Amino acid sequence: MKKMNKTTKKNATTYLTVLILFVVVQTLSATGNLSRLLTGLLVPLCVYIIAAVSLNLVVGFSGELSLGHAGFMCVGAYSSALFSHVMADAIPSVPRFILTILVGAAVAGVCGILIGIPVLRLRGDYLAIVTLAFGEIIKNLINILYVGVDENGLHVATSSAGIKLAPGGKQILKGALGISGTATLYKDIKDYFFPIGVILILITLFIVQNLVNSRSGRAIMSTRDNRIAAESIGINVTKYKLLAFSISAALAGVAGVLYSHNLSMLKVSVFDYNMSILVLVYVVLGGIGNIWGSIIATIILYALPELLRGFANYRMLIYAIVLIVMMLFNWAPAARDWRSRVLEKITGGKHKKEAA
Amino acid sequence: MSFISYLKDGISLGSIYAIIALGYTMVYGIAKMLNFAHGDVIMVGAFVILTAITKAGMSPLVSILIAVAFCTVLGITIEKIAYRPLRKASSNLAVLITAIGVSYLLQNLALLIFGADAKSFVTVINVPAVTLFDGKLMIKGITIVTIVACIIIMTVLTLFVKKTKPGRAMQAVSEDRDAAQLMGVNVNATISLTFAIGSGLAAIAGLLLCSAYPTLTAYTGAMPGIKAFVAAVFGGIGSIPGAMVGGILLGVIEIFGRAYISSQVADAIVFAVLIIVLLVKPTGLFGKNIQEKV
Repeated sequence: MKKMNKTTKKNATTYLTVLILFVVVQTLSATGNLSRLLTGLLVPLCVYIIAAVSLNLVVGFSGELSLGHAGFMCVGAYSSALFSHVMADAIPSVPRFILTILVGAAVAGVCGILIGIPVLRLRGDYLAIVTLAFGEIIKNLINILYVGVDENGLHVATSSAGIKLAPGGKQILKGALGISGTATLYKDIKDYFFPIGVILILITLFIVQNLVNSRSGRAIMSTRDNRIAAESIGINVTKYKLLAFSISAALAGVAGVLYSHNLSMLKVSVFDYNMSILVLVYVVLGGIGNIWGSIIATIILYALPELLRGFANYRMLIYAIVLIVMMLFNWAPAARDWRSRVLEKITGGKHKKEAA
Repeated sequence: MSFISYLKDGISLGSIYAIIALGYTMVYGIAKMLNFAHGDVIMVGAFVILTAITKAGMSPLVSILIAVAFCTVLGITIEKIAYRPLRKASSNLAVLITAIGVSYLLQNLALLIFGADAKSFVTVINVPAVTLFDGKLMIKGITIVTIVACIIIMTVLTLFVKKTKPGRAMQAVSEDRDAAQLMGVNVNATISLTFAIGSGLAAIAGLLLCSAYPTLTAYTGAMPGIKAFVAAVFGGIGSIPGAMVGGILLGVIEIFGRAYISSQVADAIVFAVLIIVLLVKPTGLFGKNIQEKV
């Protein structure tokens, strides 16, 4: 066997851990130790893990705050669901599902490039607010979009009456009512969405980790650490920021595909800025620029409201308090000092002080 | 005549955005943080007024004063507990996420205390409507009060920041926090004062917002909060006249978009205008362009 270098080893560990987690969960589920409720959460969990890992690429490695991640998920979700409906009779379900993932990723990625070109000229909080604005615009536009199909092809309009379908045609996207029945198109593979989700997570990890450890990835990180220095040694800052932004958008599109195909009713209202913020919370709490952190934070924070179901109405309140306390404990300089002091005591002073 | 009627609606809505945006912009200018919980303080203010009037039977004026006081204390408390420990954190994102946590906290507290169903807001402001041009144009009392309140708040705030000692301390802290501290400015107290003013204004904004659109839920503050944030960025975040102009422009664009183009895409139009403005002028209308140095 060839000797593996440190990065390859680290990457391999990540994939292996995800696989082990998957096997454990699958065994629990197969032996009936997982409640129906929790089983239903597994696919959305995969969706959020993919979204968080891809957002980490922008927030963590490219250093730009994006509040419009849900917009890209929305684009991926709708384009792929439309594709699935239009091609429902033409292609068998397995190749259709693979194609639909590619379609979702491609459309979201193109949107990422189109939005990224103007947006990445801005810096810091201005960039954040513009990504938020784009997310809301995407949501608003899809909200008034009506798409139907008949023997003459696709019809697109901005009102239910404006879309003139021949007899026998069917409306797919009904504005604010969204797309219904996408999940029923995949009856035969619906039970395998969780394994598919895990495979997509692995692919996402593969793409992100390889990008981060490549020449381009180092260029991306250099633009984060010092834009001016990066520029002065000849790195095309806009190009690398755009690269990170569009790949992240494409992966968010994949998350959107999984999300929309797991639901029988897809409504655009779920993709609001709260969803972007939710994903951002996973990224920041897990540690900016730490891929593993994103995965673990997503699992914990996604499961938390469900585990707190016993507290009924108090669960979101507890969630909020836990979030604030975790942030303070994780990030406040005072708490960090205290943590490293405690750590020093435990390890007997051998532990080096953690760098901020 | 419908044009003027829409215009006055736009200015009225924009005045509310402007008052909320002031809270955002002052806090950003001084603490360099996006206070995502600001929109929810508006909601808290409105609930306090509603409770004081319907449950405790207080007079409107007293209940408004109570709401302003309550929100002021709330703002100072939030800053002290949730934001101050993170002021020197290595990442700006930490305090942003904490602010989101505070926002969730306020929303869910309100849900627990007041329930999930929408409350209808009581009439607090009783000013007769004015009819102009032989009855062709009617201006509601609340519209007049909103616009007048906005003008008064703007003037007082500008004078406060420019002429008084605490106001100049705020300017100094926003310019350079460390240098201000060396000059003997109490930075902690100044930041607390900023949060106090911003949150007190949020209570007034809550009153005006719920008087103009009289339904109140735990999520009432969220969308106006985001819009006001957009307004603050629009005008150049950190600038007080910028917040005013940005807020009013945003309100007018939103009402015009709703009236002349489509009510469903009004929000999209608002955000699209914001993007165009930022692309032409990346720091907003009144923002200072700071040159980066190596």
